[in-house]
Amino acid sequence: MAEFNPIKLWRGILSLPNESRTKTIAVAFIVSIVCALLVTGATVVLRPIQAQNRALEQQTRLEALLAEIPGLSAILATSDEMTLSTVVVDLRRAEAAQDVTPETLANALTNSVNWTQLSPQEDIANLGSRADLKQIYLLRGPEDQVELVILPISGTGYGGPIEAMIAIDTDMNTVAGLAVMSHNETPGLGARIDEPAWRQQFAGKRIKDDTGTPQLAVARGVATTEFEVDAITGATRTNTAMTQMLAFWLGPNGYGPLLDAIRRGEF
Amino acid sequence: MRLWGTLTDPILRQNPVTLQILGICSALAVTTTLAAAITMSAALTAVIVAAAGIISLIRRHLPSSIRLIVQIIIVASLVIVVDQFLQAFFFEMSQRLSVFVSLIATNCVVLGRTESFSLHNPPVPAMTDALGNGLGYSLVLVIIGSVRELFGQGTLLGTEVFRTTEQGGWFEPLSLMLLAPSAFFLLGGLVWAIRSWRVEQVEVSEHALAPAEETRG
Repeated sequence: MAEFNPIKLWRGILSLPNESRTKTIAVAFIVSIVCALLVTGATVVLRPIQAQNRALEQQTRLEALLAEIPGLSAILATSDEMTLSTVVVDLRRAEAAQDVTPETLANALTNSVNWTQLSPQEDIANLGSRADLKQIYLLRGPEDQVELVILPISGTGYGGPIEAMIAIDTDMNTVAGLAVMSHNETPGLGARIDEPAWRQQFAGKRIKDDTGTPQLAVARGVATTEFEVDAITGATRTNTAMTQMLAFWLGPNGYGPLLDAIRRGEF
Repeated sequence: MRLWGTLTDPILRQNPVTLQILGICSALAVTTTLAAAITMSAALTAVIVAAAGIISLIRRHLPSSIRLIVQIIIVASLVIVVDQFLQAFFFEMSQRLSVFVSLIATNCVVLGRTESFSLHNPPVPAMTDALGNGLGYSLVLVIIGSVRELFGQGTLLGTEVFRTTEQGGWFEPLSLMLLAPSAFFLLGGLVWAIRSWRVEQVEVSEHALAPAEETRG
């Protein structure tokens, strides 16, 4: 067998007629290898910078949300010892998730193991299935106690999904504020859930009654109890969706056990 | 001197967008603001010049049976690299351009030039031609982007030119300018203006309409 000589081989390939099968395959192969290296190289080299950009963007969004929550900017401004931390929680065990960080959360949620199918009775917010891992925000005071917790909640409104964040005070039973992150409700009617005047009604409302059942809801009409906020006229489906979404996420299949754990000081 | 002709021809006389009506899709999509139009133009010019250079280098060893696939692979890889670069260093802009940077791969201007010019010419003229076409495309995008941003928002590159009524000025923004159809009208107007100035660009109509038969009743 002849000695293997790459230069000779290379020249041999180049001297082949362009239309020969060997050369066609060789050219296709070499082009693919070079392009693959180019693309992989660019991705690997630039990934850290891109990750940094994404983290920065999330931070900006969170800050926008915090500025949204009434009164919170005042709390943050008055005390330097408060720190906001991001935690991924596992709703199945009502504790911080093991080995899942905010960075790997999106990846973990592509795995169906981390989703729970909801039976029709449980699924009051029309979600279908619930992500077991959720990224929440904790505001800790000087003694490391949880002063405020911000929870992402979601539901199905009249025009599509509604995404919101609810901030709950240190007793884990009083709403500090509610921010609607995204919705597709009818402009002028359901879309008024996004108006500050309506959202700010939530601040100071109580979540659970003495038996521990979440009662926070949008009233039918004008609010009469300490658990209710006024309804939006002409947007029955949106009002119901908000009520259902609060009932689900604050209840036993949502953050209920987690809120109990935080109140017991397990965080 | 011929190189200069190769470079300047596609800018006005043979403009890929207004004469050959190529690359319209992105010209409509990314021209709501001038900054987006400029970024898109720069990305396309970079891709087209690099693709022309690489394809021209390997043109003698490119089997014609797979030449289109090879060209597409090279163009697509370059587009991915440019896209990654934008995501790393111009993150906000890349969010705004979203999918349109990746769609450079399907922009007919790029494949049109590599297929019709780079395959038959040495690297230097090929890259010059590609640069000329990139600049021609950029020129159209910048014109349309400026008009749309100026009349749609009263700004240019984000700085205020006309004070809008919202801020107490006199200018009522034309929201139509921010929608895709306005780019169609502007592009049509631009093609019409260029062709009335340079009559040789007017295409000969391939099919004459048959004269209507007179009806007698």
